Amino acid sequence: MTPTLPIYMDNASTTRTDPRVVEKMLPYFSEIYGNSASRNHSFGWESEGAVDVARRQAADLIGSGPKEIIWTSGATESNNLAIKGAARMYAKAPSGNAGRGHVITAIHEHKAVIDPCKRLEREGFEVTWLEPGPDGIITRAMVEDAMREDTILVSIMWANNELGTINEVPAIGELCHDRGAIMHTDATQWVGKMPTNVDTDNIDLLSFSAHKIYGPNGVGALYVRRRRPRVRLEAMLDGGGHERGMRSGTLNVAGVVGMGAACELCSEEMDAEGQRLYALRTQLERSLVDSMDVVQINGNIELRLPHITNISFGFVEGESLMMGIKDIACSSGSACTSASLEPSYVLKALGVGDELAHSSLRLSLGRWTTAEEVDYASEKIRAAVEHLRAMSPLYDLHNEGIDISAIEWDAH
Amino acid sequence: MAYSEKVIDHYQSPRNVGSFGKSGEVKERSDIGVGIVGAPECGDVMQLQIKVNDEGVIEDAKFKCFGCGSAIASSSLATEWIKGRTVDDALNIKNTEIVEELSLPPVKIHCSVLAEDSIRHAIADYKKKNGAGDESDAHAGEHTH
Repeated sequence: MTPTLPIYMDNASTTRTDPRVVEKMLPYFSEIYGNSASRNHSFGWESEGAVDVARRQAADLIGSGPKEIIWTSGATESNNLAIKGAARMYAKAPSGNAGRGHVITAIHEHKAVIDPCKRLEREGFEVTWLEPGPDGIITRAMVEDAMREDTILVSIMWANNELGTINEVPAIGELCHDRGAIMHTDATQWVGKMPTNVDTDNIDLLSFSAHKIYGPNGVGALYVRRRRPRVRLEAMLDGGGHERGMRSGTLNVAGVVGMGAACELCSEEMDAEGQRLYALRTQLERSLVDSMDVVQINGNIELRLPHITNISFGFVEGESLMMGIKDIACSSGSACTSASLEPSYVLKALGVGDELAHSSLRLSLGRWTTAEEVDYASEKIRAAVEHLRAMSPLYDLHNEGIDISAIEWDAH
Repeated sequence: MAYSEKVIDHYQSPRNVGSFGKSGEVKERSDIGVGIVGAPECGDVMQLQIKVNDEGVIEDAKFKCFGCGSAIASSSLATEWIKGRTVDDALNIKNTEIVEELSLPPVKIHCSVLAEDSIRHAIADYKKKNGAGDESDAHAGEHTH
């Protein structure tokens, strides 16, 4: 049976807002419209009450206290506030002898972490850029080797957005607490999909976002630890002193209500949903790997989120592959979708060869993905790969037993 | 990215896909010229093979392409355009004509440049095998990006 087309398999990019979430949001446009910071009338109190409920729902999803949730516009803002806010606040501690302090992150983080860290470098901080092994994982040992006396902040994402690979975040957090450094994690892909407890997982700052967990766009949160240690941040937006002075600006009440509702649904459903998506992804990967040669799953096979797969199809270029599966919405590590000729920097960080990086697809399943869609997608992908391999000079060379990497290409 | 109808048509039904034999076999044949341009790490490799008759006319052409839809369409179109032309006439094909025919956007112009290069390389290879040895043609279309 052909499922309804097109099929959405780009849930790591954004998710459909759950209709149950939309329903919760709707009254907060035209019926309950007070400014949640208005303290002297019932309109404000009503909005404030809704924000408090959402704060509790978000806190419950990550095992924090509600006062530790700072609302933002999304994970990009949360990452900026966490990284630049913490570095600037703790700039001279514990010693000022090596610039303004030391920060540790990794080369295959999201750009919303990489770019704030690059800005810190320009401001006089020193940044160590960790490189993962071929499996994409950042381990506690890697961070430990990079730790210094003046390390003030470690920022390591919990799960990678292109690969779904899971870093050793709780162990890295434990190390940070032993050494008196602050542990930030960009948990945008992790939260809502996997159980999280900021206390037992040793997190000080944690970024997450509504639109990756079936909530609305334009709202996110930063968890900021209040006790043991109390983490302070230099604000980026100054103004009315909202959100404990860390993020001024009138709250997007409808968005916040939506994020709270989305968090609550994830708390209730993530275990069953994770198992369901794991089964579907296994079905998808198995059908692709079993039906074709030179198909490679990128990143650690075991330590991965259940709903993301990143697969390279040798001798086939990613953009042309996507052209052949135009009914399936997904992402590619190919460079051809941009003006640059560089393929995915994340795959490069793993040492995936450029030609296999150009040949990759990221498929990310979600709450409404069905087994019929997975069957349809794997059949379409297989047909497109075969169509393209029939015209691929590289596949010919491979079949003639010629090693492509040994040829001297007229690189341009 | 939105593709033009012509690009989609060439992608779905590429013209003249194939080769005149394995790489070792065609190397021995003096009636066949081979041009391979691009590199896997850049995301595009084009292989063009031309079969030239005694009058110097390209009587058949075959391509293989690893690359985006625009690269596939550019090389497919190139085979259509060179068939029936003399080798010297085929050298007159300019990448800008390919851009125009396929309505390629600016980021895809390099695909047309590669197609032009593959024609030049294939003809240079044919001439070299037949003693003309005009090396300059082989590098005339060299480019950077």
